[in-house]
Order: sequence, then structure tokens, then C-alpha cells
Amino acid sequence: MNTKQSLAIVQKDVPCPFCSIHCDDLIIHNHSGRLKIKENGCHIAVDRFERPLPQSKPTIRGKTATLDEAISQAAGIFKKSVEPLIAGLGTDVGGMRSVMELADKTGAIIDHMFNDGTTRNFLVLQDLGWVMTTMGEIKNRADLIIFAGTDAGNYPRFYERVVWNEHSMFNYDTKNRDIVYIGENLDTSQGKSPSGKKPTYLKCPQDEIGEVISVLHALVGGNKTQKKEKISGIKMAHLEKLAEQMKNAVYGVIVWAPGELDFPHAELTIQNFCEITKYLNRETRFAGFFLGGNDGGMSANNVSAWQSGFPLRVNFSKGYPEHDLQKYATANVLKNKEADALLWISSFNPEIKPPRAKIPTIVLATPDTKLDFKPDVYIPVSTPGVDHSGQMVRTDSVVSLPLKQVRNSDNQSVKEIVRRIAELV
Amino acid sequence: MLIKLSGGTVYDPVHGINGEQRDIYIRDGQITRKPAATVDIDKTYDLKGKVIMAGAIDMHTHIGGGIVNIARMMLPEDHRQDLVSRTPLTRSGCGHAAPSTLTAGYRYVEMGYTACFEPAMLPANARQAHMEMADTPIVDKGAYAMLGSDDFFLRMLAAKKDQEAITDYVGWIINATQALAIKVVNPGGISAFKFNQRKLDLDEKNEYYGTTPRDIIKSLARAVRELGVPHPLHVHGCNLGVPGNMQTTLDTIHGVEGMPLHLTHIQFHSYGTEGDRQFSSGAAEIAEAVNANPNISIDVGQVLFGQTVTASGDTMRQYAGHWHANPKKWVLMDIECDAGCGVVPFKYRDKNFVNALQWAIGLELFLLVNDPWRIFLTTDHPNGAPFTSYPHLIRLLMDRSFRNDMLATINKDAAASSILGSIDREYSLYDIAIMTRAAPARSLGLKNRGHLGSGSIADITVYNDVKNKEKMFEKPLYVFKDGELVAKNGKIVKVTTGGTHVLRPEYDKSIERSLKSYFDKYQTIKLGNFKIDDDEIVEHGNGNIIVQPCT
Repeated sequence: MNTKQSLAIVQKDVPCPFCSIHCDDLIIHNHSGRLKIKENGCHIAVDRFERPLPQSKPTIRGKTATLDEAISQAAGIFKKSVEPLIAGLGTDVGGMRSVMELADKTGAIIDHMFNDGTTRNFLVLQDLGWVMTTMGEIKNRADLIIFAGTDAGNYPRFYERVVWNEHSMFNYDTKNRDIVYIGENLDTSQGKSPSGKKPTYLKCPQDEIGEVISVLHALVGGNKTQKKEKISGIKMAHLEKLAEQMKNAVYGVIVWAPGELDFPHAELTIQNFCEITKYLNRETRFAGFFLGGNDGGMSANNVSAWQSGFPLRVNFSKGYPEHDLQKYATANVLKNKEADALLWISSFNPEIKPPRAKIPTIVLATPDTKLDFKPDVYIPVSTPGVDHSGQMVRTDSVVSLPLKQVRNSDNQSVKEIVRRIAELV
Repeated sequence: MLIKLSGGTVYDPVHGINGEQRDIYIRDGQITRKPAATVDIDKTYDLKGKVIMAGAIDMHTHIGGGIVNIARMMLPEDHRQDLVSRTPLTRSGCGHAAPSTLTAGYRYVEMGYTACFEPAMLPANARQAHMEMADTPIVDKGAYAMLGSDDFFLRMLAAKKDQEAITDYVGWIINATQALAIKVVNPGGISAFKFNQRKLDLDEKNEYYGTTPRDIIKSLARAVRELGVPHPLHVHGCNLGVPGNMQTTLDTIHGVEGMPLHLTHIQFHSYGTEGDRQFSSGAAEIAEAVNANPNISIDVGQVLFGQTVTASGDTMRQYAGHWHANPKKWVLMDIECDAGCGVVPFKYRDKNFVNALQWAIGLELFLLVNDPWRIFLTTDHPNGAPFTSYPHLIRLLMDRSFRNDMLATINKDAAASSILGSIDREYSLYDIAIMTRAAPARSLGLKNRGHLGSGSIADITVYNDVKNKEKMFEKPLYVFKDGELVAKNGKIVKVTTGGTHVLRPEYDKSIERSLKSYFDKYQTIKLGNFKIDDDEIVEHGNGNIIVQPCT
């Protein structure tokens, strides 16, 4: 990060770090340090990019300190700790590389703030596997898109970019796409095509989507189902119609957001998505797609996987990486008092609060994060893709984006601060 | 710093040195001529009776990129068999079938390898491949960009665009993705699978584009040649694993009209349909064709028994293979109208007829192809076996009685249907030095690697001369990387950062105009963000870029 360099006043094709579909066509105006999105900013991007950068100083137990003092204090906490927890992990690839080094060196447990959702996916990946697709394939190829338990509303430009895109490679009329929603409390308004074609909405409780998919699986497989008029409130005739649509799709996609399937053993619902997609590929092409891993979640899991061999929820305390998707969850580790120090990292979203744990706590957060307690060490950090360049991995875990610096900040990057802590430990 | 490697037995095929006692001098990371007698030598290694070769080069190993990372994520049970602890020098990680990047780097070096090349870098995933390679310490890296099922190329080919335009596109891709070569996987087949085609022969048309694999191979091979890419088009052919595919392979060899071609993991493409089980070895026919066509080079993709994972861009064939997944889980991905990937865990069993015959076919190929300059030692890591099994494979090639002992333990019918037992050939250390150093360096255009001449980069491996070649190649006595001692007795003693070999072929830059509008319309990333800057590779301090010249 070079705070001295002069930045262009208007930057084009700026990748957005704030949600995991990472739109990269933003046009951003920098007016004496205040940012304004000229084009292609969704409400999340506008909110985050355009916030003023407040002055914020490192603190040690609430008292202002220099950066060097704060880093040295943080290193001291790590030195005393037998089992530290490094959590939040709202950072980019560079930040994660430093985290991995520190975790390995100090025998830490690592977990990401949104890994409850991602874990549901990984349970399925490690047990069954899946057939997946990426945004570019959906955009150009999908003729049936089933939103299961999500309306993709947390990813504001998803529809604009890959559902109702004007051009497609294979001359599909994208306006004719069949859109289906399964679940509850879903906003289906964006599922209406530009030509007015309405989506199908099959309403059922979120935790019964799995059952609905099972029945669909039986139907597409030509198996007998219960002679019921309704399944989870959905008319059998509607399911029979959808089963036919699925079989006849040229390229069908099931979209889910693991974080929005928030009920016990939701991984079994995801398993049903993956089983039916696998089955459908015997005759046609069908794939899954998930929306998740915001705040650097996909980057964190990928870096963890390539450097340790395991996706997140890794414990280095024995000197080698141990992986457990449930045991090393932040909430679990804190509840069971398994950690004796906490480093919390959140460099994207000021609304994210660190957990309040009765152990020495170091918080690396954006300068406008309002903390409701005084951590042992607080260091304001710069935001990847706003204050410094870097890389992030998109939700499909295939494409990664080169982040740009669009603003100068006096705050250091997570990569730099964690690297310095690691050096002192 | 002047280092002298004194009195070792040197195998340096580039200079025709076959087991001669020589002194080697290293200064500033390079091999240098014998200095004047007045010059002080800072460090001397007495290597009498030791074997010296250049650092080994693996020219086809899946070490970095999304495919491997999916394999890592889905196989925690495999990693748990081989967890690697942190040491004061090295980071923790895990090994076996899909090792962590850090462990992969260490283990390659501990085995005497100083460079390894990722053959399946999807342009859409190139940034991640480079990030993973940068996190692979000590060894040099490089990657081949995968083309042939990408929409931009296929639509140009379908529209019968001038070869010149296609060549410019290929040149642009090599530059934009920081690649060293071009690979094609199941030419057009990954795309065809997305249109629900389940097989694609050499002359079968992609239903949407109307292109055939033969057209694709010819066009890409021509582009590679016109751009001056040293490494020939790297071809993972049609019909991988299909009984009878040796005919496709022979047709591919004959159909390329004398242009250079590298056929990769050819073992998986050398199957006949003879016998009760309609699965037989086509090694003799393939070897004969390779011997007769000097424009063809191959690597074997040897199968060795045990658990591994297959990771490939060939979604069409990986889908067909998923029924054999062991354990029963598998992943398939369609990727960005660019390519795809499939990850299927697999256990090769010596008592299984097909697996045992695959093992024999690979060895037959090694032993029947005459010219070690055109056949490279690979297991297509991890597809045939993890790279850590190379020392075992070298012993199979160098030690006929050991090979025959192994042959006696495999499935009896497979052993009986193979000619392996009747082949007397044993590889010499000189042959091994060719196929694991000199030849891959020459094939990839790495002029100052793979040999021990003055001016060469001092990547050097020193072995104890042991009768058991598996033991010999497992733990070299010394490994030098860029002139620094990095491993001793098969253990890392220093961790350095390796470089990334890239090529910068010239092309007509005006192709970016049509690419830009194409990206804006159809892709999900902007052209400028698709391209990988040098800074991205070097700025983390874990790598540097080594630009290799075009021919």
C-alpha cells in the first residue's frame, strides 16, 4: 500500500470487494479523498465506498497508542497464549496469507465470520461432491434457474449481470428463461423477466425445501411418490410440472445461499440439491451454484485450502493442521472456552461486531466500526479494494478479481499488520 | 561466494557427459567455469563417488489452481494420513494425493526437483493458479494456459477466421495469463459436454460450433508454432480412458501434418480392445508411431497402485469416470464458457485387471519408446499417482528384476496379456538425466536449466550412488537451487522463493479491441481485470518472473 502515490480522480472498471459476486465495472470518482460511485454501484457498494473515512487511532485497553505499540501489545498477547483463535477473517488473499503464517506459528484456530453457511456446503463437498457452475455459464447458458431458499437479494446485481443480461453467447433469448423460487419469505419481484414473464413461486418453509427436492428427485427419476395432493404446502401437480421442466431443461441451475438455509442440518437440504443435479446430468445438463462467502469468505477458505490442505476451521495447535467443520467454529470455541486469546479481523463492513469474549482480544477493524467494548488492542485497518490493491476469490471459487486502490488511507492493511505481529511472535 | 562440487560423477546429457568425474563451480547462483588457481574457493563439497545431475524438472504436474484446490477441500481423510508438522524452517501442511502448496514445494525439492509446471491453467482461473504457485516455495514454476473449449476461440474457428487472428488471440492469452505454453484438453470436448454431448471423436463435430477436435488441434498447434512458443502444443487427446482410444491417438499423431505436438499422459490414451475383457495394451503401436514421428513428444502419466485423486479439465471424461469414484464422491464444474474441471478420487488396485494393465501399459511405453529426449517421466500427478512415487517409478525403469518381481504380484490376467515381462531394457542414469532434466528443459525452452554447463542456473542435485534406485532418488544428498543449498539428505535446510517462467510472444495488439467488446458483452469480468499484472505475482515477495525467449 502506498499512501503517497497520487490516484486518478476517476477510476473505471473498479472491482467491488463488498459482496462475493464482485462486480468489476464500477466507475468511481475520488474527490479529495471522498469517493462517489458514478456508475454501476448497488446500494451496498454506494454505502460502503461513499462513507467518509473517519480518523481512528490504535488503542490499547481503550487508550490511544501508536501503531508500533499496538502491534507489539498484540504480539505479546500471542506470545502468552497457548491456544489463540483468529476469527472474523474479513480480509483479502494477502491478508489471509499473513493470517496463515501467524496461525501456523502460534498454533491458532482459524475461522471466518460467515463460515456457518460455507460449512453446510463443505459438509456436502466432503461427503458427496457436486456438479457446479459459474456466473459466466449461467449468464450465457441457463434456460431454467431455480432459486432454492434464496431470492439472491443480498447480491443486488445478480439478476442484472447473469439472469437478465441482454447478450448471451449462444443467442439464447434470456428474457425467456424459466425462473422458479422454492422457499419462504422470498422477494420474487426480480424474477420477472424484462418482457414480463413471471416466475413460479412454490412456497414452503425453508426447512422443508429438502423434502420438496426429494419428491422432485423421485419424480424426475420416474419413481413412485406418496399419493398426496400437497407436499409441504406445494401442490403435487406443480411439482410434477417442475420435474418435467427440469428434465427438459437444456442447462438448468439450482441456486442456493447456504447462509440463508439457517436451520439444523441444513447440509442435508444442500445434499438434496447436489444429488438431484447429479442425477439430472445422466440425461441433460444441470448444475448447482451457491451465493456465499461474503467479506472475504471464499478467499479465506481457498487460501486456507491451498496452504494447509483444508478449508477453514483449522487448528494448528499440534504443529500440524487439524480440520473440523463443527468443532473449530468460532462460537463453539468461545463457548467451550477452548481459546485463551482472540484476534478478530473485519476490514470490509463496519456493522460487523467482534464477539465479546472474556479472553484477551485484539480487534482489527475498519475505522468506523463502533465497538461496544474496549478490546485489549484495537487497530483500525484499511479496506482491500478501496484503500489498497489485492485479490479476492469470487463466490464460484473460480474467478478471482484484482482489487484496486481508489483512495489513500493512513491505516495499514491486515496483510501488513498481521505480518508484523507474526514477525514479533 | 564461490562453491566447488569436487570430484562427483556427472550426468549432463546436454553436454554429452555420461558419468564422468568432473568438478563443478557455482558463483552467484550460476554454474561457472573453473576459476584461476589464485581465486579462493569459499566452500568445497567432496563428492567423490556421488552422482551429480541438474535439478529435476516435472513438466506435467497439477500443483496449483482451482481444480487442485477442490481436490484438497474434498479429501480431508486423505490429508489426515499424511499431516506435516511445522519445523523451525518450514510451514505445516499436508501431503499425499493433493498436498498443500507449501508441502508440495518442500517435497519436490527434497526429491531433487527444482522446477514443476502446472499444465492445466484455465484462463478464467489463472489468477488463482498463480497465487497458489507463488505459495509453492523454493521450486520454479510455470503454467500452460488451457484453450480449445473456450468460446472465443471456438467461435473464431467456426467462423473460419484467418489463422492469423487465432494466433493473435493465443498470443494474447499467453501474455494475459502469464503462461509458458498452451495446452488443449479433450479438444472442444469440454465445450461439447456443456451442450450435452457425451463423446467426441477426433472428427466428430461440436454440435454448436461445428468444429472438430482435429481442426482445433491443427489450429492451436499452428498458432503455437507461429508465435514461437518453444513447447509444442500440449495435447490431452480425445477419448481419455476409453478402450480402443489408441486409434484416436494414432490418428492424432498422423493428422498433425508434421507439426510438433506433445501428447500428454499418453498411457491413458493407449488402450486397445483385444481380449476377453475388450481392454488391451496399445503401447506397442503407440510407441512405434512415436518412434517413427520425430515431431511427437510424450509424457507417460504412469499409474502406480494406491489411493489418489484424478483432477482434470476433461469434464466429459471425468463425468464418465465418476461411476468408479473411490471414495464415492466427485465434483464436476462448468467454468465461464472457458473450460471446466472434474475431480474424482480413485484407487488403483494391483489385483484389478484394468488398473494392473494400465500400470503395465505405462511401463511398456517407457520401455518401447527409443528416444529418451521425447518421453518424459510423469504420473500426471495426482491422476496416475502422487508425484512422491517418482523414485519408485525410476526403480521400475532401471531395475528389470525388481520390475519383474512387481509384475508377478499384479492381476494374473493383466500380467499375462502384457509383453512387459519380455522387455529387457533398463534405463541408465544417463537416460534418467535426459528424461527428467535435459529433455523437459529443452522442450519448454528453458535454455539455462536442465544442464550443468557454464552460465546455467545452478539448480543441481547430488545423489548417493545406491544400488536401490528408489532409495537413491528418494533422498538426494544435496539439492542446490539457484546455487543455494536448500536440501540435505532429503530434508529442507533453507527455504527460498522460486520464480515463475513465462513467455511474452508478440502478437497484433489490435485483437484487444474485439476482445474488449466480447468481454463486455459476454464475460463476467472486464478485460482489464482478466489480465494478470507482473505486480500481482511479485508484490507479495514470494516469487519473481522469469521471461523465457520465444524461438
